[in-house]
Amino acid sequence: MAGSSTSYYFVIIGTKDNPLYEAEFGTFKQGGDGVPKFREEQRHMNQFIAHSSLDCIEDLQWASKEMYLKAVDKFNNTWVSCFLTGGNIKLLLVHDARSDEPIRQFFTDVYDMYCKTLMNPFYEVNMAIRSQIFKAAAKKYL
Amino acid sequence: MSSASRARLGEEVWKTRTDKINAELVTLTYGSVVAQLCKDLDGDYAEVNKQLDKMGYNIGLRLIEDFLAKSNMQQKCANFRDTADVISKVGFKMFLNITPTIANWNSDGKQFSLLFDENPLADFVELPDDGKAQAELWYSNMLCGVIRGALEMVQMQVDAHFVSDLLRGHDTTEMKITLVRYIDDELPQDDE
Repeated sequence: MAGSSTSYYFVIIGTKDNPLYEAEFGTFKQGGDGVPKFREEQRHMNQFIAHSSLDCIEDLQWASKEMYLKAVDKFNNTWVSCFLTGGNIKLLLVHDARSDEPIRQFFTDVYDMYCKTLMNPFYEVNMAIRSQIFKAAAKKYL
Repeated sequence: MSSASRARLGEEVWKTRTDKINAELVTLTYGSVVAQLCKDLDGDYAEVNKQLDKMGYNIGLRLIEDFLAKSNMQQKCANFRDTADVISKVGFKMFLNITPTIANWNSDGKQFSLLFDENPLADFVELPDDGKAQAELWYSNMLCGVIRGALEMVQMQVDAHFVSDLLRGHDTTEMKITLVRYIDDELPQDDE
């Protein structure tokens, strides 16, 4: 991804390793406009990279007491950060520059919103999430 | 009793004589009831509304007694305007800690609207987007039944229904209440 500005691929993975939500966005820092600048062939790679990191997460999750596992996997220049909720829902972020703290804040906000989504009586665990609320968190921290 | 003193009464009963429970517990319990009804009735939202109203009615029949005991209201409401005031400032305050706004009186004073600025039952809720729920389901319909049941026990037959709901994307949550008649003391029909 050399030469392009930072872009993010965000996905929420359910308890059966099923995707619940995915989004792509570019950085909002340094005057970024939030538009993802992934090259076309990178976009489906992101899904593979996120998927392959699930094994690493399973190894790591019992070794840490934290919900935020930081960067769990790396493929070429692409990092995968993970936040694991108490209910074993995985929040994954695929990104090209390591920056643990903003991502932690991003995940904390998203976790909060995920909890609220879960409180909707018409929503069930592992159901796909349609609302676009998570983008607001991205705008704030990434 | 003036409107201001009713507001004080509602406040006092809420503070001193009401057992509180966690708001999320209420929200989730009510939510599960509605969601389960939707599932059991296979998305027949007209029927869901009806069942919610019926449940509310049964709650209202009992709740009025609790209301009268706790609020210690001695005198009868002089007119329907008083009744509306009591429902909002004492009734809703005491049980849900909200005070819906009274508005839209019609000319003969027999119909008004309650505007709910906040609705603890509907926190976190997003109606299912199956193309039907948004147009047919009145999520908080139980409240209508409660009011209907409670007023019936104090000799007022009313019709209560929602006309708009924030959950459906409207600007307000509005319930219309219409006085049908005052029920005179009647002898049971087959009483010899």
